[in-house]
Amino acid sequence: MNKRNIAVLIGGILFGFGLSYSGMTKQEIVLSFLRLEDLGLIFVLGGAALVAAFAINVLAKYQKKPVLGGEFKPRRRILSWNIIIGAVIFGVGWGISGQCPGSAVASLGTGNLPVIAGIAAMFIGAYIRGLLDS
Amino acid sequence: MFPLGIEPYLVGGIIIGIGVGLIYLITGLHATQSSFFTATLSWFSKRKHFQKESNIKERGWRLTLATGLVIGALIHTLTLSPTGFWTTSVQLWRLVLGGLLVGFGTRLSSGCTSGHGISGLASLSKTSLYAVIVFMGVAIVTANIVQMLGVSP
Repeated sequence: MNKRNIAVLIGGILFGFGLSYSGMTKQEIVLSFLRLEDLGLIFVLGGAALVAAFAINVLAKYQKKPVLGGEFKPRRRILSWNIIIGAVIFGVGWGISGQCPGSAVASLGTGNLPVIAGIAAMFIGAYIRGLLDS
Repeated sequence: MFPLGIEPYLVGGIIIGIGVGLIYLITGLHATQSSFFTATLSWFSKRKHFQKESNIKERGWRLTLATGLVIGALIHTLTLSPTGFWTTSVQLWRLVLGGLLVGFGTRLSSGCTSGHGISGLASLSKTSLYAVIVFMGVAIVTANIVQMLGVSP
């Protein structure tokens, strides 16, 4: 495994640990947020985004280049109808199932086997998107 | 508002942010999730949408990232988790129908809770802020409608 993949694996392990620690791997907890019964998810998203923002906007400026070379590019997308319509469709799916891509994949590590069906469905959804794009 | 307290949410979120920040500072990559599906499909489909150069270039590390997510959640489950191994009781049809819409929607939207929600907001992207407001608002309305229809769990 090259250095880049080792770094991605270690960061991914932290990411997955945090998703499980915060309960985001449990669809019931995510759904209780979406029904506004437990607002904790705001702290997960906010905490993660703030720490990542510090890395992207402060630490990266001092460091100038990624440790393994290349250049830093903040993640920006140009606003389009696809992004908004896609967000609406994603929101319906999230609200029905309590699953999003990262939390569903991490949920496999908690022994949550039914989520395999959800992940398979996400692949099919992504595939249909690809068919419509061609 | 916080029946389980704030600590697990805040600490978990900070750990996620450290993972995402570490990957960015070392490699310059954004650890986002929904592209994993498209990139992985490039191994199986010859269609142009999946055979884009970026998918081919990224599919290796995206699979590694997904593997890391599973390992990290497994480590937590075996160590600090108060519940240990756990299975959802949300009905299968909800996981499947929701999953289809999540897969399609996040790819049409070029991002999900991690892409727009964490990396996008952390990059101070206005587009991602709009996307987060839309998908979160729609999800809140949807989850409440599902409950009002008497669907549980």
